[in-house]
Amino acid sequence: MDVNKIREDFPILKRKINGKRAVYLDSTATSQKPRAVIDAIVNYYENFNANVHRGIYRLSEEATDLYEKSRENIGRFIGARSDSIVFVRNTTEALNLISYSYGRFLNEGDEILTTIMEHHSNIVPWQFLGRKGVKLVFTDINEDGTLNIDDFINKIGKRTKIVTVTHVSNVLGTINDVRELSKIAHDHGAIFIVDGAQSVPHMPVDVEKIGADFLAFSGHKMLGPMGIGVLYGKRDLLESMDPFMGGGEMISEVHTYGSTWADVPLKFEAGTPNVEGAVGLSAAVDYLRSIGMEEVRNHEKGLVSYSLERLGEINEINIYGPRDPEKRGGVISFNFRNIRSERISEHLRKEGIMIHPHDVATILDMDSVMVRSGHHCAQPLMERLNIPASSRASFYIYNDRDDVDTLFDALKKVRGVLKI
Amino acid sequence: MSNDIYMEFILENYRNPKNYGVMDNPTVKKSGANPLCGDDITIYLKIENGKIQDIRFTGKGCAISQASASILTEMVKGKDLEYVKSLGENDLLSALGIELSPARLKCALLSYKVLKDALSGF
Repeated sequence: MDVNKIREDFPILKRKINGKRAVYLDSTATSQKPRAVIDAIVNYYENFNANVHRGIYRLSEEATDLYEKSRENIGRFIGARSDSIVFVRNTTEALNLISYSYGRFLNEGDEILTTIMEHHSNIVPWQFLGRKGVKLVFTDINEDGTLNIDDFINKIGKRTKIVTVTHVSNVLGTINDVRELSKIAHDHGAIFIVDGAQSVPHMPVDVEKIGADFLAFSGHKMLGPMGIGVLYGKRDLLESMDPFMGGGEMISEVHTYGSTWADVPLKFEAGTPNVEGAVGLSAAVDYLRSIGMEEVRNHEKGLVSYSLERLGEINEINIYGPRDPEKRGGVISFNFRNIRSERISEHLRKEGIMIHPHDVATILDMDSVMVRSGHHCAQPLMERLNIPASSRASFYIYNDRDDVDTLFDALKKVRGVLKI
Repeated sequence: MSNDIYMEFILENYRNPKNYGVMDNPTVKKSGANPLCGDDITIYLKIENGKIQDIRFTGKGCAISQASASILTEMVKGKDLEYVKSLGENDLLSALGIELSPARLKCALLSYKVLKDALSGF
């Protein structure tokens, strides 16, 4: 994989910030976009823009064709038929859709089993079902940040109707064995939902192989535009569910006092869809496919190994999540902890200062190194780790060892800037 | 206003905060947090004869939030309540003397909000 060649494809990476090469290490939040994706969107608006599915004229037919071919292409990327692909805004909307439409089948006393390492988007939609007496149960993690399988097995039971798990943690980087979890879920008669926001962009994912009944992911984290995401669902499940939102596009017939629904997937796509987004995401999928998802995964694994090695050189840095690159995606969260410098007052020295991630991010930004800092939309996990926040560096196809070195050099300056 | 948010005055208050620590039997004690950052501040006040006789704080957070709390306690210690209540956000910000981005402004103002909250009944 030729990172220099790949970088050439990303216009934004040519930008200098403070006169320095931009080191973008926040692809877990959103990825940058290659020229091919930007061009596909421009091409759509310059040559094919019309509303889809209803027009009888040529342009509308062409726009519809582009939209549906995008669905097919994106479906193929995860081993799914196009009629099981619902376009949504993002992972969050996909999970809310399931909570709303499938959640209707759950009753008081039923349980939803999830994990403590989830993003808020895989927690809050399920809390909504608490109103009708559905209980949310969290699986704990082990000390190394992997999922505690024994705890998972202890907590699953007859009442468990839904198991919903992130494939890759956006904080710990932990790659969960979703295939195994799927088997356990299905043995207990529960449906199995995978939050693929951090896996689909970074490794080969096949819905059959992982045993997902539903898989949710976002376009903007995988080189595509913002505002387009995907909900994959098993067809029989999607067919059994009521619509999420009502309006145009999702109906078969509308009468004054009642309506019937369009077939899946259009039943779940009320209103004019994001055609530009679908076309852009399809171009992103083509781009990733041209590199190969195995290659993407191996590249990130290499960067993680190298970073863990180099971060280990700074004693006061604590890293969260598995040390084994085989079990970790391209995400590294860390903190400067227990600083007991002579230069801080005695009462602070007793406990040791944690340098706040916002200070770390501000100081790294002085060298144009962009990392995330905060709770990463995973407050329950922060509580579990007993930290208020962390810094997080994450990698993608356009990052290389030079980026890791620049990060490392900048991290070495942090204590100096704060003079502690 | 300085572009360098980590200038010596700020760092000194971060590393060696003034009026830091728990107070026994305060007249009022208030806590506040910035959930987005994980910053938290607790302020203890001893109020007598319409004056802030003593003030202490404890907290965890970024250099800006902790230095700002230290500087604020110095601004109000021994002062009349009337005066302290008349202080606005800008009075604290100009005392800090640094240019802050919107995200860091919240850090800088956390202690101010907690103090205002603590004084709301007086």
